[in-house]
Amino acid sequence: MASNHLTSESKQLATWYFTFAATLFGAQLLFGLVAAIQYVMPGFLYGILDFSIARILHINALVVWMVFAMFGSVYWLLPDETGIETIGIKVGKLLFWVFAAAIVVVVLVYLFVQVGPADETTIWFITEGREYIEAPRWADWGIVVVALGFVANLFLTGMKGKQSGIVTVLMADMIAFAGLYLAGMFFTDNITVDQYWWWWVIHLWVEATWEVFVGAIAAYGLITMIGAHRKVVEMWLWIEVSMLFGSGILGMGHHYFWIGTPEYWWEIGALFSALEPLPLVAMFIHVLYDWGKTQGAQEERGDDTSVINNKPAFTWFVLNAFGNFLGAGIWGFFHTLPQVNLYTHGTQFTSAHGHLAFFGAYATILVGMMYIAVQGTNGIKVMKNTKASIWAVSMITGGVMGMTVALTIAGYVQVLVSRAQMGATWAGYFDGQSGAWFAQGMDWRLIMGVVTFLGFIMLAKDLLTTGKNPVHER
Amino acid sequence: MKRMNIDTHIQTVKKQEDTVANKSVWSDNRFWQRTAAWVTGFASILLIWLTFDTSAQIEMGTDADLKNGVTKRVPGPTVINYKITYEMDAKRGHEIPVIGEKESFFGRDDWSEDEARGMLHIGKLGSQAKNCMDCHTILGNGAYYAPDLTKAWLDPAWGPDGAMQALTGKNTKEEAMAEFLVHPDQYPTHARMMPDLGITEEEAKGLVVFLKHLSSIDTNGFPRNFGRIQGAVNGK
Repeated sequence: MASNHLTSESKQLATWYFTFAATLFGAQLLFGLVAAIQYVMPGFLYGILDFSIARILHINALVVWMVFAMFGSVYWLLPDETGIETIGIKVGKLLFWVFAAAIVVVVLVYLFVQVGPADETTIWFITEGREYIEAPRWADWGIVVVALGFVANLFLTGMKGKQSGIVTVLMADMIAFAGLYLAGMFFTDNITVDQYWWWWVIHLWVEATWEVFVGAIAAYGLITMIGAHRKVVEMWLWIEVSMLFGSGILGMGHHYFWIGTPEYWWEIGALFSALEPLPLVAMFIHVLYDWGKTQGAQEERGDDTSVINNKPAFTWFVLNAFGNFLGAGIWGFFHTLPQVNLYTHGTQFTSAHGHLAFFGAYATILVGMMYIAVQGTNGIKVMKNTKASIWAVSMITGGVMGMTVALTIAGYVQVLVSRAQMGATWAGYFDGQSGAWFAQGMDWRLIMGVVTFLGFIMLAKDLLTTGKNPVHER
Repeated sequence: MKRMNIDTHIQTVKKQEDTVANKSVWSDNRFWQRTAAWVTGFASILLIWLTFDTSAQIEMGTDADLKNGVTKRVPGPTVINYKITYEMDAKRGHEIPVIGEKESFFGRDDWSEDEARGMLHIGKLGSQAKNCMDCHTILGNGAYYAPDLTKAWLDPAWGPDGAMQALTGKNTKEEAMAEFLVHPDQYPTHARMMPDLGITEEEAKGLVVFLKHLSSIDTNGFPRNFGRIQGAVNGK
């Protein structure tokens, strides 16, 4: 970006992270489409790019683009929040290239080597075969080094500059986020112990530290986009942190119902995970409340114009408030009680929840941050929606909602036929899969996946071109 | 943090204290900040404490445990020498794995602890090296493109009345499973077929050990009613 208005190197680095993240977002959707086609046409790319590989790429690209966009978001907001340039930015830039190069190598190995012999070399150099964190061990260590560098930059800057509540929360949250990754870096023959610690990474990321991150980013967005009052926003943020960690940390119990762990996790998991939607309701109310409050105050002064200085970003932020509550909260609560989970665990029901939750809770707000970066990079005072931005948000949201509904219906068939009726055997599994409702669910999922992907193309087009659009106020 | 920063910080805090002195604690940021710290700390400590308790309970058992009839949530690898069933436990109100009499497994029922552990090691490594969980679920976790493997060892499809022994031309469950794993693409059971993952015979044996051991883990009754219904359902 040659003609950019950024004077901060930290923000410059943020745009690199966002660009790479958006590219991986596209890759995520593309491999998701391959997997979705395979449900409908099992012969598609059989023996070349099997479902397992398409899915690894689908979910790993998801995790990695989100981590990239999260790092980018922090580098973006640090100068604003601390009032100083990020310390160690040169190291930060170097680590970006290390991280990006490592990801490319890992992806190429997934694509072209795929599997290895049953020994340690495979674990170290090809795949660890553990869902979401399949990256081989060498890459794990690379990620640890990159994460340490990132956390160091954040801490050094946060301690030297102004100390806002947002930065304090991010510092505590990001060190936990990075540290938890270590729990996924060992091998054991005991599958129960394996799964126990695997959840420390997966659950304590997506149902604790990532959610707190979203709270912090939402707080930053409200202050920068609608001029919400910092004291109010940060008070809400601390309340959200209490509620998110208070419910999320022990909510981990809902993953310990059936993996060989003791029965007391039923009660702990049921109670705390049932509380998990509460902070998400709070976050939703918080965003709408602050929006209404600042808009109302402005109208009182006789000014009817919108308080929002970045329409597309704010659209994604509001969508986040709602999507987080709906996808993570409601769809999560549907199957979080052990009495229900006994039948829904490991069905398309989980998949429905996964799609809407990752989208609603994380994709939305991170895309919003990308729009904030476009605004800053192009020196735009008030950024407006364009046709492409409206098409993008509508198609992606409609597509993901459509996939979620389709997968939920398919999940019901699986729960009733494969589980409740047939007792989860091989025959039961395929009886469920061949049901008409299940098959139609998969057809609709594919159609809605295509809609989502088309929406992504509109999004990419808008992110790349809207900065130069004369419609915005400069 | 530099000394000066701390001083400035304390001053700011004091100033804040003065201004909020007459206001409610409920709208005080520092109150909520402290609440967040206490709640997070308390939840974390509880989780760590529970982790110690759970870790002791999910430690893998030994051969001596099996011989002495000591029930472990995750039995030792020599459980492969025994017959495993999945039975309703009246007291617990759900099914649990029951380790019964001796049973021949790949022609023997006296696999030593070292031998069994070695095979389980290859099997567990294999389950990761072949990305099993990116199609199947294990303990219900993984992908949903292929059947759950938690109790696959007990699946009637592999038993004497199931189709798989005849299909693979083998006389025992373990041999049928191993043969299928080595040549999955030669035994298409559904339009959705398992691909050839280059599994060797030794790896296949390890994977079958892994699956048999997996079926002996006490999963609190998951999956429910496993294998209870066989044959025709709804006239099909």
